[in-house]
Amino acid sequence: MILLVDLCYRDGSLAREEFVLPIARIVESVGERCRIVHFTRSPGSAARDCKGIILCGTPIMDNGFMDDPSLFSWVPGSGLPVLGICAGMEILTFLAGGTIISCPGIGMTGVRVTASDQLIPGIRMFEAYELHDNACTLPPGYIALAESERCIQMFRDPDRPVYGVMFHPEVGNEWVVARFLTGYCRPSR
Amino acid sequence: MRLGVLCSGGKDSIYSCGMAKEREEVACLITVHAENEESYLFHTPNVCLVRLQAEAADLPLVETESAGIKEEELVDLGRALDIAAECHGIEGVVTGAILSVYQASRIQRLCRERSLWCLNPLWYTSQEDYMQALIYQGYEVLISGVFSAPFDAAWLGRRIDARALAELKEYARKYRITLTGEGGEYETFVADAPFFRKRIEIVAAEATYHNFRGLFRITGARLVDK
Repeated sequence: MILLVDLCYRDGSLAREEFVLPIARIVESVGERCRIVHFTRSPGSAARDCKGIILCGTPIMDNGFMDDPSLFSWVPGSGLPVLGICAGMEILTFLAGGTIISCPGIGMTGVRVTASDQLIPGIRMFEAYELHDNACTLPPGYIALAESERCIQMFRDPDRPVYGVMFHPEVGNEWVVARFLTGYCRPSR
Repeated sequence: MRLGVLCSGGKDSIYSCGMAKEREEVACLITVHAENEESYLFHTPNVCLVRLQAEAADLPLVETESAGIKEEELVDLGRALDIAAECHGIEGVVTGAILSVYQASRIQRLCRERSLWCLNPLWYTSQEDYMQALIYQGYEVLISGVFSAPFDAAWLGRRIDARALAELKEYARKYRITLTGEGGEYETFVADAPFFRKRIEIVAAEATYHNFRGLFRITGARLVDK
């Protein structure tokens, strides 16, 4: 079971279809089940029987998830592999001591891989779809794995499988989610 | 949230409107009439009938014109969004984009420039589930144009029902068309939707077809009780 945390403006919002369900379909395509919980509905308690966490993205105008960052204090303590997508990457940045900066980006962009990693083996460049108003500085100790002209597009915690991606993987880069799941979330807990 | 729905008259925008009505407040439909039938951004067959759809749904309609020239279309769409914001107080825009990054990213930029939300509830949806939902929920969707092989003239004006969907699935498998027509393989017109108070009865239409390209132009239509 994979926990998908919905970061959109309201539980059951119209944005869930756009930012959560496409990720759920990728999870299901690799044979995993998922549980979707809105960030205001105590997702930490829903993580107990899960093998991994995906913090999903939000619409570009939707930053309400950062109004009370203490709602995400359970994430590091869960000990689970985490993939943060766009808004989810911002949360990981905040939790790890990085900074959120204004940096709008909409559309396809070239992404250059800057460090090798299990999640992106043998890839030097790829195209990705970005949809963000902000970007993230690299949290202390974290490793930047990929970048575009504008910003860091992918980073990771050096010691644990905790990844952030700024681009939206459902558009042509489903492999990122699939490799995260198959690489880190397979063993039963 | 008060939303304006970008509406071409086809299934994707009308279904997105239905989804938006269930969860938010739809303040108006927004449509752009493109003179150019090859418009990159706006679906064109029967777009003049969005007026009748708006009346059927009991929603105000914001209409603007566009020459349908690449990129200049965006200025025309931006003008429509400005009118919708000013006249109907919309806070966001809903589109029926499914896979088109070209369409979605341009509309996202227009919305951001105006501090409007942009919502795409069909984005990367399961195309098969979506097509089945259209049928199951009672949307009356007609094929209003075909633009690729292997569609023949018999498809023009045909309703998408379970049998038509089975054929479309076969086409998608054999000829690699997108099941939803997102690749421009076909266009649709919605004559009825669960949230319409009246349905649209087509009383006159003309079909033209040549070499896998055809249009079903509705030349007469009226609202009737459901």
